[in-house]
Amino acid sequence: MSEISPEGLAEQAERAPRSEPDPGREVGQPRRRSEDARLVSGRTRWTDNLNPAGTLHVAFLRSPHAHARITRVDVEAARRVPGVVAAFGGADLAEEQGSLPCAWTVTEDMKVPAHPPLAVTEARYVGEPVACVVARHRYAAVDALEEIDVDYEPLPAVVHMEEALREGGPLVHQELETNQAYRWVFENGDLDAAFRDAPVLLERRYVQQRLIPTAMEPRAVLCEPDGDDFTLYSATQIPHILRLMLATVTQIPEHRIRVVAPDVGGGFGSKLQVYGEEVLCLLLARRLGRPVKWTESRSEGNMATHHGRDQIQRLTLAAERDGRVRGVKVDLLADMGAYLMLVTPGIPLLGAFMFNGIYKMDAYSFTCTGVFTTKTPTDAYRGAGRPEATFAIERLMDELAAELGLDPIEVRRRNWIGHGEFPYETVAGLTYDSGNYEAATDRALALFEYDKLRAEQADRRERRDVVQLGIGVSTYTEMCGLAPSRVLGSLAYGAGGWEHASVRILPSGKIEVVTGSSAHGQGHETAWAQIAADRLGVPFEDVKVLHGDTAVAPKGMDTYGSRSLAVGGIALYQACDRVVDKARRVAAHLMEASEQDLEFSGGRFAVRGAAAEGPSIQEVALAAFAAHDLPDGVEPSLDADATFDPGNFSFPHGTHLCAVEVDTETGRTRIRSYVAVDDVGHVVNPLIVEGQVHGGLAQGIAQALYEEAVYDADGNLTTTTMADYLVPSAADLPEFVTDRTETPATSNPLGVKGVGEAGTIASTPAVVNAIVDALRHHGVTDVPMPCTPERVWRALREAFREDPDPNPSAAPGAGGGLGSAGGAR
Amino acid sequence: MIPATFEYVRAASVEEAVRALASAGEDAKVLAGGQSLMPLLRLRLAYPDALVDLDRVAELREIREDGDHLVIGSMATHHQVMRDPLVRRHAPLIAQATATVADPAVRHRGTFGGSLAHADPAGDLPAVALALDAVFLVRSRRGEREIPAADFFVDWMTTAMEPDEIMTGVRVPRLGEGWGFHYEKFHRTAQAWAIVGVACAVRRERGAIEDVRVALTNMGPTPVRATAVERFAGGRSVSDDMFRAASERAAEGTGAPTDLHGSGEYREHLAKVLTARALRAAAAT
Repeated sequence: MSEISPEGLAEQAERAPRSEPDPGREVGQPRRRSEDARLVSGRTRWTDNLNPAGTLHVAFLRSPHAHARITRVDVEAARRVPGVVAAFGGADLAEEQGSLPCAWTVTEDMKVPAHPPLAVTEARYVGEPVACVVARHRYAAVDALEEIDVDYEPLPAVVHMEEALREGGPLVHQELETNQAYRWVFENGDLDAAFRDAPVLLERRYVQQRLIPTAMEPRAVLCEPDGDDFTLYSATQIPHILRLMLATVTQIPEHRIRVVAPDVGGGFGSKLQVYGEEVLCLLLARRLGRPVKWTESRSEGNMATHHGRDQIQRLTLAAERDGRVRGVKVDLLADMGAYLMLVTPGIPLLGAFMFNGIYKMDAYSFTCTGVFTTKTPTDAYRGAGRPEATFAIERLMDELAAELGLDPIEVRRRNWIGHGEFPYETVAGLTYDSGNYEAATDRALALFEYDKLRAEQADRRERRDVVQLGIGVSTYTEMCGLAPSRVLGSLAYGAGGWEHASVRILPSGKIEVVTGSSAHGQGHETAWAQIAADRLGVPFEDVKVLHGDTAVAPKGMDTYGSRSLAVGGIALYQACDRVVDKARRVAAHLMEASEQDLEFSGGRFAVRGAAAEGPSIQEVALAAFAAHDLPDGVEPSLDADATFDPGNFSFPHGTHLCAVEVDTETGRTRIRSYVAVDDVGHVVNPLIVEGQVHGGLAQGIAQALYEEAVYDADGNLTTTTMADYLVPSAADLPEFVTDRTETPATSNPLGVKGVGEAGTIASTPAVVNAIVDALRHHGVTDVPMPCTPERVWRALREAFREDPDPNPSAAPGAGGGLGSAGGAR
Repeated sequence: MIPATFEYVRAASVEEAVRALASAGEDAKVLAGGQSLMPLLRLRLAYPDALVDLDRVAELREIREDGDHLVIGSMATHHQVMRDPLVRRHAPLIAQATATVADPAVRHRGTFGGSLAHADPAGDLPAVALALDAVFLVRSRRGEREIPAADFFVDWMTTAMEPDEIMTGVRVPRLGEGWGFHYEKFHRTAQAWAIVGVACAVRRERGAIEDVRVALTNMGPTPVRATAVERFAGGRSVSDDMFRAASERAAEGTGAPTDLHGSGEYREHLAKVLTARALRAAAAT
């Protein structure tokens, strides 16, 4: 177990090696990220910073209706605006634009509607592109949009999932004859037995509100034609997948398309997508023979970049009186939005194996119904399926504790998988390879000063303080490191989950690492260099990491699902080992020694036991490059490739504890303290891990307290600006106390697990549990997310109405003196 | 987003600005920092023909004493106002409220007069100006005139200024001995507008409230004076119970809007809670 504090990290970073690294000791160093100076200053290759000569600019006209038939699009007046080169309606491009892909057919009978990049006959969400203008300047393009005349015949909006499923209601896609996209079921164990005569039966309904991913860099696309070839620059997470999909959609041969993801300013899943604007920029560049660029505005992005979450969860949990869980039943409605995009239907299913959390139980059933609505399509958003599942089970565990009058930590202890029980096959069919929930929880309790806060909580209740204290618990795990290809195949996903790396030692001894994992803010350039420096025994500064360009890094499955290190990092590890293996052969030849007698340490070969130092790997590489004296049958160069397909997911876990102060007069919640103890296995760069945890917490807390994409009854998105869609800043967040336990993953040689999504997954239920805990003695059992001051105030008012004289001397803890208020319904 | 086309005039003096504004016609707007106007232009919610930029009119940035009053130049930035020694000494309510406006970047560009002329009832400064009985100094080619705060805020984002008038400054009383102040702002994130705000100034004498001004942010299309609260509290002895009773009247005569951040009903409730808190805090300073 390691102790980490922000000060300590900063100090370590100060001391961190710069020019004189300790060979073999790079992994574990809190190096400052070498890419940050250019990313933070913006003096870099953001897609919108690229301006090839003669670039034309595209602007899109978007539907103001949630649902409407398009009867006429007149772009003539727009074409006459000075500076405008071309303007098109959907019908003008109908022959060539194809249909945007969905790569995840989750059931054989899944309904997949056509999804033209520019709507042709019908628009199905506010913000759907219906026409476009290409002009010499962005200004002219945007001005000309106002000259386009579109006739719409409004059709009924379909806003709420439960109404969408009602027989005879309006349809999003008339031709599908239903708003149900699919129904997917997973069952294990005897649920009837588990629920029959269960001493405790909890039924709850939770809503995962719709969220807008809000990456710092908006989307941007630039397509440069070159004869029959096209280079498409895009602020994307997935250059490799995008290339294949662009070829599929447009019928332009894949080898004629090069996709570059230059520096990309965040994605959180929103850039794990094949967007209509990407397809259209490619088609327009082909038509016009000139570079074509489009950069999204923030309000455009809020409407047209895919959204996240949006589930209605109906949950039932059966338990014994002593708190042991018998089984869990999950019935989900998942809002697809208007179309199925790249992995839209699969996102909720990534939670299918996580609703059991870290707990042992006999029976489990999961049903998910995908529902079409006339809203922006949903897809991956940080955590993708697992936050929803974790929220549900962690909220339920607190509810169970309340029902039984037990401490929420104690209820979890009675149910979680013990340290000695790993590897453990869960009721959802996964094998958790490792974990130590006891250690992480003990550490978190100590850092949080749990008992002291419980005492203060009791005191505030006693005093009937206006400000009440609540404590929320979240003992989470998640599955990441997407993904074993075989598992993806069994889930009918359209591709594999491997990752590729290659290592090249240049004649001068410098190293180029090529990775198929496309960083968009995660710090690969630093972490990958640390791994390579260690494995090869070379200085950190000698390693350059190349990524994000299908011409430079031709093989890859890109970055999402906390997969980069746990999959891509392992490919790099293996490629490095192959370089060393080959170098050993060459070195043995040069040293006239036997390979078996050579040891490799600190970047040098030496004969075991001999005093004399042999050549460095870089010297061996030069000899392999010159190829003057290689052993028979050995090809020049030491370069090597590796592709890693993980045998299992990685399962980071941890314990998060949140204390909130709730102002019972105004309903405002203030996070008083937040402790996150995460176990992400071995750590390559603790500073990067710390950053991922902080950002993850911010995003998870944002779901609990601040963010919500709101549609009105007519299907208009009302949160189109950042004045309405509240993204918290540092000023709104507490100082986080973070620590780690280190239980290595057994599924990869580095012992690492993914960390990119853990903070988001863990934190949302911790915050909501804390709010409910603060108010439970008043009879409050839930507050819908985001827990705005008004919603907290209404929950309190509702509870007061039911029970105007709450017992103020109720014992502390989630279970304190609540009688049946939080009990089975 | 990109604004629609407009003419742009950068004035070097008030004279020049007034001339430019008069000749630009009805659909011209004054650019006074641009922290509210530019987003409206970029979202194409406003289509002015011309912008007259006051950024280079140095004389409008001055903050000076004027007898029993302070005159704050309309182009003084928020950052300047909240740090100005005269404001902090004689009108601390303004300094305190200004410090809650948006974020440091906005406070360095946004201006005192710009915020007031924008007249967004969710802005913090209109209610403060109303509570302090500020007087707005405006000028056009037709001459100068003064508009009291009570007459200035006409409707949602609408003031009593004519299209050809420029605000040159705001006169506020120097409230000295015995006065206490507080601005109680309630918002969801640090950068967000107030859901409700309460600007409060009280003068105590021998344990009683001798004078009290309370104005509310975002409780109607304009900032509103909570006159029922003022009437109740005036002359009464200071106590928690008195403040609570007075604040029960905070929502009287208001027309609280319902929007994404709060319903009218919730705002009325908040107005009462926050008024009690503001009164207590002001009486304690």
